[in-house]
Amino acid sequence: MNETYLLSVQHLSKSFPGVKALDDVHLNVEAGKVHAVMGENGAGKSTLMKILIGMIEPDSGNIYFKGERVAFHSVHDAIKAGFSMIHQELLPFPDLTVAENILMGREPVVFPGWINRKKLNMASLHLISRLGVSIKVNRKMKTLSVAETQMVEIAKAISNNAEVIIMDEPTSAISQKEVDILFGIIKDLTARGIAVIYISHKMDEVLQIADTVTVMRDGKWIATQPASGLNKEALINMIVGRPLDNIFDKKSVPPGEVLLSVKALSGDYFSDISFEVHAGEILGIAGLMGAGRTEIMRAIFGLDKIRSGFIYIKGKPVRIKSPGQAMDLGIGFISEDRKETGLVLSSTVRNNITLGALSICSNNRFIDKKKEAKIADEQIRKFNIKTPGRNQVVNYLSGGNQQKVVLAKVLLRNPEVIIFDEPTRGIDIGAKAEIYKMMTALAAAGKAIIMISSELPEVLGMSDRILVVREGKISKELKAEEATQELIMEYAMV
Amino acid sequence: MILAKNYLSKYGILIALLVICIILSVATPYFFTVQNLVIVLRQVSVNGILAIGVTFVIIAGGIDLSLGSVVALTGVAAASFAHPGAYPLIVPLLMGLLTGVLAGVINGLTITLGKVAPFIVTLGMMTMTRGLALVWSDGRPVTNLSPAFNFIGGGDLLYIPVPILLFVLVIIVAYILLNYTTAGRYIYAVGGNEQAARASGIRVNAVKMFAYIICSGLAALAGIVLAARITTGQPNAGVAYELDAIAAVVIGGTSLLGGRGTVTGTVIGVLIIGVINNGLDLLNVSSYYQQIIKGVIIIGAVLIDRKNGK
Repeated sequence: MNETYLLSVQHLSKSFPGVKALDDVHLNVEAGKVHAVMGENGAGKSTLMKILIGMIEPDSGNIYFKGERVAFHSVHDAIKAGFSMIHQELLPFPDLTVAENILMGREPVVFPGWINRKKLNMASLHLISRLGVSIKVNRKMKTLSVAETQMVEIAKAISNNAEVIIMDEPTSAISQKEVDILFGIIKDLTARGIAVIYISHKMDEVLQIADTVTVMRDGKWIATQPASGLNKEALINMIVGRPLDNIFDKKSVPPGEVLLSVKALSGDYFSDISFEVHAGEILGIAGLMGAGRTEIMRAIFGLDKIRSGFIYIKGKPVRIKSPGQAMDLGIGFISEDRKETGLVLSSTVRNNITLGALSICSNNRFIDKKKEAKIADEQIRKFNIKTPGRNQVVNYLSGGNQQKVVLAKVLLRNPEVIIFDEPTRGIDIGAKAEIYKMMTALAAAGKAIIMISSELPEVLGMSDRILVVREGKISKELKAEEATQELIMEYAMV
Repeated sequence: MILAKNYLSKYGILIALLVICIILSVATPYFFTVQNLVIVLRQVSVNGILAIGVTFVIIAGGIDLSLGSVVALTGVAAASFAHPGAYPLIVPLLMGLLTGVLAGVINGLTITLGKVAPFIVTLGMMTMTRGLALVWSDGRPVTNLSPAFNFIGGGDLLYIPVPILLFVLVIIVAYILLNYTTAGRYIYAVGGNEQAARASGIRVNAVKMFAYIICSGLAALAGIVLAARITTGQPNAGVAYELDAIAAVVIGGTSLLGGRGTVTGTVIGVLIIGVINNGLDLLNVSSYYQQIIKGVIIIGAVLIDRKNGK
């Protein structure tokens, strides 16, 4: 075992049903250094960090900490050993004070069960001021800004005597000034010998703060290099440089009339969005998670509120206030999240398939059960859904088959404009290929398709045209011929 | 063995009901007589009608705590118009039902448009309607009701007590609504996953309104039946009836999380509670002990259901 590393991860693997999230991954972190971990969404960064912090356990592989093999069975174990994680979505207790949050579970006491409030406040004040920032420790957590909350979380990590602090996208929601303060604190932490594992999509920041960069892709370790020898282009190449799987069976058809167009659309998470999509066209929407891609489409489909702007269907202005209206206008939405907005998991395959189109199998609001069963069976066959029968509860199907149920449901209404939001997330390669084939067939049949995807090969393999969304705005429109992964990433990244 | 387990999970509650009936038949010979069983059915009919109503709300992912008070208010409302020679029978019936529907509309609107949790809304409605019943009746029972009105609670049609006939009618209509209509399907969908229901084009608020109106409407029917049976519009009637109704629904296997449940299950739940009440009375068990036994059975039924679900 190499003793020069504070933390050494070797041959780590982890599978989830249908996905190999980590495949023989390495990570060597030195004390007093900032080690950045980069990779696309789904590259396996989060899984690796969750293992390090004890949230999940690996299938195989070893973790050595200070030369000794460790295995964490809980977050408690990991924290006790000297690990801390600053989550992207911070999880404080909003109605407790800063001091109570920092020393949660380790409050100084007068006698057991009775908190020594004075000592509590003093101790946490001491910790906060060590970071060189001033936050009143008796403030309620919910009154703090995101940056301040991060500081409190860092103070908490220090108070736990953390030797490894993992930061997951710490700058995603804070201003440039706050980023500078954060970087000052990070430098201070490393000067004290603490190792910082820094996860970020932002290349400039990584190049600025990191000593070493590890790149992951598709659950595999790709490279570890000193940051000093890297530039943006080299990073992008490492992050996206995978061979294109040839599962895209895309045949372009000449685009027909404009089926959907939006002008200057603005909502809570996006602004000034204008685009159009033609019959027979697949329009790819690329961008990072949280860029506002899904929110734009949710608004068009009537799921979220529109602040201003216009939507046109075949050139006619329309107002869409509910998904029901959107569906009546011929829009279909295949949601990103099967479990949240796609399916009623507790219900059967049949009930889910016909849920949006009960009118076609009912007379005067009475369901024609025979007709419904026939329609459900037809869809099950057409979409090749592997299920013991139409009365199977959807929850028991695999991810790929659940996704096909969503497709079967949405397409039963025969929409003209179909929005696919991450249509292949978390499903196996076979089901992916089937879904690509379906999309191609739909486009060939004259439907307009909008496909949001975080998987660049998918965007490049399927789209006729690509819109890149960054921070709620369209940052670039690319033709399929000119688009490359590098170009997309350049416009997607901040 | 697997087959046995399958049957147990599918028909567990029905088997429990049968076992309880057999035990009671052995313990007291009078239990299993036509006369006594008719008494049981008549006794459960009010709780049964309430339980069927709240089944709709619970499947839709909500709860209704105002039922007992709505029973009192609608009973008073109907009775106030049911004095002999005052109005035709239809008037007190409509007054009772409309009062109930109104309560349901207010519950539904506050929950859907006001976005207040169903627990809070119906808790508020519970005390409000109780107060209204007391104000309306001046805190006194409304007596001297017409024979035609009292017939609804005490009369027989074809040798069968009218409350039982009404209960059966409610069961049939509810069964059809939940299993054979689009509205019923939407209730399951909204309770199972409100977001997905919305994304499927279902008007979620309208579906919730429907469930709360059905629930309060049936509470009104129960209120009328009760008033007619005790020949009084009693403003203090129906206290804690909602809890018996909810207990029956839960015993019947309906999930309080929504999206899952059946009319048949609720009916069996109602019968289990009714049979136990009746049996313990016959066995001269003190009413204090009866409450303890009932509580144990409610929790036990759900525990068994949970085990089988896994």
